[in-house]
Amino acid sequence: MDRANTLWQALTRRDFLLSAWPWRAAGYLASSAATGALALTGLLVLAGFSLLLVGLPLLVLAGTGLAAVERRRLRLVDPEPAPGPHRTPAEPGLGAWLRLRLTEPATWREFAYGLLYALVLWPLDVLAVAAAVGLPLAAAATPVQLALDGQEARVVKTVLVTTWPGALAAAAAGLALLLLLLYPLAALAGARAQLTRLLLAPRESELRERLGEVTRSRARLVAAFEAERRRIERDLHDGAQQRLVALTMTLGLARLDAPEGPLADRIAAAHEETGRVLAELRELIHGIHPQVLADHGLAAALDDAADRSAVPVDTDVDLPRLDAPVESAAYFAVREALTNAARHAAARRIRLTARHRGALLAVEVHDDGRGGADARAGSGLTGLADRLAVLGGTLTVDSPAGGPTLLRVEIPCRAH
Amino acid sequence: MPSALRVVLAEDGVLLREGLTALLGRFGHEVVAAVGDATALREAVAAHEPDIVVTDVRMPPAFQDEGLRAAIALRAERPLLPVLVLSQYVQREYAAELLDSGDGTGVGYLLKDRVGQVEEFVAALARVAGGGTVVDPEVVRQLLRRRRDPLAALTPREREVLALVAEGRSNVAIARELVVSEAAVGKHIGNILAKLGLPPAEDTHRRVLAVLTYLR
Repeated sequence: MDRANTLWQALTRRDFLLSAWPWRAAGYLASSAATGALALTGLLVLAGFSLLLVGLPLLVLAGTGLAAVERRRLRLVDPEPAPGPHRTPAEPGLGAWLRLRLTEPATWREFAYGLLYALVLWPLDVLAVAAAVGLPLAAAATPVQLALDGQEARVVKTVLVTTWPGALAAAAAGLALLLLLLYPLAALAGARAQLTRLLLAPRESELRERLGEVTRSRARLVAAFEAERRRIERDLHDGAQQRLVALTMTLGLARLDAPEGPLADRIAAAHEETGRVLAELRELIHGIHPQVLADHGLAAALDDAADRSAVPVDTDVDLPRLDAPVESAAYFAVREALTNAARHAAARRIRLTARHRGALLAVEVHDDGRGGADARAGSGLTGLADRLAVLGGTLTVDSPAGGPTLLRVEIPCRAH
Repeated sequence: MPSALRVVLAEDGVLLREGLTALLGRFGHEVVAAVGDATALREAVAAHEPDIVVTDVRMPPAFQDEGLRAAIALRAERPLLPVLVLSQYVQREYAAELLDSGDGTGVGYLLKDRVGQVEEFVAALARVAGGGTVVDPEVVRQLLRRRRDPLAALTPREREVLALVAEGRSNVAIARELVVSEAAVGKHIGNILAKLGLPPAEDTHRRVLAVLTYLR
C-alpha cells in the first residue's frame, strides 16, 4: 500500500523504490507513447482536412477529446482527480454546445496542449523512459546476451564483454543505474503531470463560475417550487374552497326549509361536516402559503404565525418589506420552529424576535422547552437549512438536551 | 334599521355570488348589484347607494387584498356606509385596518365559512347594517391564545365579555350568553373600559375603541 499521497511526497521517502510509485511514474510516461502517436496522427489528418476549412473546428475540438484522455491518464501519478474545465451549455442543442466550447478559454488551452503534446511532449516522454529504464535494463541483460551468444556480448551495443565476471559486473552496474535513474524519471513524471494539470484542469475563476451556476440553478428550483405553492394555493382557494362554501350555504338553507324529522337531522349532520371540512381546508391553504405574507409582508405574517401558535408567543418584530423569497424562507423557518417547540420541546413560552440591520435579516426563536433539537438529524430543519442556503442564509440551532432552544435564521438581503 | 336591505355584493367566484344572492333573497334582502372586482364595486356603490356592502377580500386583478382596499376607500368617502368584509381566513391585520376606517361602527369582518351558518350570517349582516361592529369569533379566539398588553390587566371573565363585544353583541345578548345579569355585564364593561384607559364618553363609541385595542 502506498502511504505517500503524491509522487512528490513519495520521492522524499526512504521506501520510494519499494513502493509502486516508480512504476506508476514509468507507466505514466511510457503510456504517453500510445496517446501521443494517436494524437500526432489525428493532428496530421485533421490538419489536412483543415485545408478545406471544415476540419478547423474539429481540430480544435480534438484537443478537447485528447485532454479528456490525458486527464484520465493523470490519475496514474496524481491521485487528486482533475475535473473537466468546461461549462454546461445553458440551452440544449449542438449549436449552443459548439458556440460555448469555441468561446471558452479552456478549449483553447486544451488545443495548445494538444499541439505541444503531439509535437514535443510525447517523444520526450518516450525518450526519457527509454533512457532511464531501457538502457539500464539492457545493461542488466548482458549475462543473458553472453549466454545466448556463447562468445561475446556488447553492453548496450557498445562496450564489448567476453568474460562472465565482466558480464555480471555490467548487469550489476545496469541494475544500480536503474535504481538511481528512477528518481529523475519520477521527478520528470511529476513535472509532466503538473504541466498537464496546469493546462487541462479548471482555473480558479472557472471553478467559481461553475459554483455560481449551481447556486443559480438551485435558486431557480426554489423559485419554481415557490411558484407551484402559490398556484396550488390559488387553485384550492378559487376551486375547492368556493364550492365548499357554496355547498355549506345550500345545506344551511336546506336546514332552514327541511321539516323536522330524520331528514333534517341528516342535513344538519352533513352541514356540520362540511363546516369541518371547510375549516380543515382553510388551515391547509393557509399552511401552503398565507395570503398575509404576500399582502403585508414578513412582519405581519410572523405576527399571524404567533397568533396561531399553540404555545404563547411574545413577539418583538421590526421589519421593512424584503424580497419575496427571503420573506417566504424566513416565514416557513419560523413556522417550523414554532411547531417543533410545541410538538417536540414541550415549550411553555416562546420569544420571537426579528430585525433587519445592515443588510442582514436576523430572526430568532427562543423557547423554554426541553431542547435536544438537531439541525443535522434529518428533521424538517435540514430542509429549511437547505432552503436558506440557496439565499446565502444560515440556520443555527443551539439546543442542548434539557433546553432551552435558540433557533437563529440569518439571511443577507436589502430592504425595499 | 330597514328590514329589507339593499345590498351591493362583490365576490369574484360566480358560484358564491349566485349563492349569496339567493341566500340574501331568501331572507328578504335585495342584492341590487353583484360584481366581480373592486373597480366595479366602487361604481356599483356610486350608482345604487346601497344600505350595506358585502365584499370578498381577495379579488381580481392581482388577487391580493383588493376587496379590503376598496372597502376602506369606500368608508373613507362614505363614513356611514356599512361594510361587511368576508375573508378566506381570519387575519388580525385585515380586521384592524377595516375597523380603523371611519369610526369603526357599521363594519364587520367575517370568515367566509360563516355564510354557511345562514341565520347567524344574516343576523350579523343586519347588525352591521344597523351600525354595529362584528368581528369573527375566530379572530377573537386566536387573539385570546396570545396574552397581549394592555389586555393582560383584564380578568378572564372581562376578556370573555370583550370578545362578545367584538362580535357585536349587545349587553342583553352578552348577559344571555354568559348567563349573568345585564347589570353584571355593564359592570364588566365599565371595568374593561377603565382598565384600557378609555375615558367616559358616548358609550357605543368607547365599545368600538375597546375592540380596536383588543385587536392591536
